[in-house]
Amino acid sequence: MSETQRILILHGGLLVLLFVLQFVLPAYHHGNLARIMVLATYAVGYNILFGYTGLLSLGHALFFAAGMYGMGLTIQHAGFTPAPALLVGLVAGALVSGALALLALRTAGVAFMIVTLMFAQAGYLTILYFGEYTRGDEGFVIQQAQRVLWGIDLSDPTNRYFAAWGLFGICLLISLWLVRAPFGRTLVAIRENEERVRMLGYDTFAHKLTAMVISGTIAAAAGAFYGLLFGYAGASFASVQYSIFPLLWVLLGGAGTVLGPFVGTLFMFYLIDLSSGITTAYMLIAGVVLVALTLFAPQGLTGELRRRVWRWLP
Amino acid sequence: MTLLSTRGLSKSFGGLHAVTNVDFDLPKGEIRALIGPNGAGKTTLVGMICGRIAPTSGTVSFDGVDITALPAHKRIMLGMAYTFQITSVFPRLPVAENVALAARRRLHGQEVDAAVSEALDRVGLTEAPDEEAGNLSYGHQRLLEIAMGLAQRPRLLILDEPTQGLSEGEIDGFKALIRDLAGETTILLIEHNMKVVMETADRVTVLNFGEVLAEGTPQEIHENDAVQAAYLGTG
Repeated sequence: MSETQRILILHGGLLVLLFVLQFVLPAYHHGNLARIMVLATYAVGYNILFGYTGLLSLGHALFFAAGMYGMGLTIQHAGFTPAPALLVGLVAGALVSGALALLALRTAGVAFMIVTLMFAQAGYLTILYFGEYTRGDEGFVIQQAQRVLWGIDLSDPTNRYFAAWGLFGICLLISLWLVRAPFGRTLVAIRENEERVRMLGYDTFAHKLTAMVISGTIAAAAGAFYGLLFGYAGASFASVQYSIFPLLWVLLGGAGTVLGPFVGTLFMFYLIDLSSGITTAYMLIAGVVLVALTLFAPQGLTGELRRRVWRWLP
Repeated sequence: MTLLSTRGLSKSFGGLHAVTNVDFDLPKGEIRALIGPNGAGKTTLVGMICGRIAPTSGTVSFDGVDITALPAHKRIMLGMAYTFQITSVFPRLPVAENVALAARRRLHGQEVDAAVSEALDRVGLTEAPDEEAGNLSYGHQRLLEIAMGLAQRPRLLILDEPTQGLSEGEIDGFKALIRDLAGETTILLIEHNMKVVMETADRVTVLNFGEVLAEGTPQEIHENDAVQAAYLGTG
């Protein structure tokens, strides 16, 4: 079996499994998994910039929120239907990430982290400032009637699961294709040794810019779908917490692996879900597990799997 | 026909004049060695030639075009290749992928694989193309650097101390490789090993304190008193 076949079977297998699970899972886990798939899409986007290009952004909530509000505000105030509203969300994410990339990529390392963090905070404050339209922290509900995409009611759990699955599947495959294409391999090389890539004749700035726009647009797609599928847009999704989440998920799942973002999101979601069933101090349990993972699997769950068993994992 | 020339090229770092007013001409097809004591400004000079370092003043022309304002990656695309003095491969990527990154700048698909095995073949690194480059011995990493330069099929190949850390046998292989490349491409070779310089270079330029001290055939340089005093010692 060739490497490409193995990779397709593994990643395709996960998507088939997720598709089938919706028929067997109890309602509670069914709803959870839909949410996890949308959040994992966010992490997939984050992973392209962090895991593959080696740029640690602390401002991805800005892109997630750009998608969410680009979609939500046009539905709420311009009377858009979901399809064009989603498109507005995607375009907003692409524009915001492109603009931030032009500024932030003039820096590197810690400065890049701080610049992205500051701009994301500025975005969060902007949402609060225009509370008249965005309803600030309180947020606004997107009514069931406004969530009908091409005659499909996305507030229905089955439809919602299917939409989340479709979004996740497309973004996962984009990510898989990207990192195996020459462009993605150049990104990995930039992560490993940027100066050498430049001296091989590559425009590393243009590569990093493109990576950031792809990453930001996928994050925005996740934000737009999150708002639409769960019927709510609020400023908390633009807060620093939502910039840290994808970093955590990707680190836990395995930075620079295609499946890592999903594994990390799933793991973290159920870690908090299960530990909060045991004690109110659930963050303590979550914290201890996270420390243990960083100690014993520093490359994340999927990263560790690649190191020990499946060397061919992309 | 001049491939590369610099006029009045200077670089100062604060008050330190690393390179001062260098006029340098390299004809097409020549193998030129650039020598000089440590700190003479050799790496700074080639850094300005290939765009890693911005000059304080002066110009660089490549193939008759002024490239002083071009960023490094555009100069590379014009046909320069630079191999690093301090080995700078991608340690966590496979050997073949290291070379493929160099080749993919001009080739696509199947052609890349062919160019990769050809370049690895030429430097004699054929055993483990799937090995991580970081696991290679230091000497083999130097050879990998050169293979990456070759895979770019450059018109000007700049080699910054390529034989540093190589064994005697590997140095012999390197000399054979350079002789083999003669006529195919123009080579600018920064080198400390005088045996390599004497046996491979058509002409030699000597830098001392950032200025050109002498230029001539290896024989002329060997017999030049000023060079002897500055660099070769009097033995």
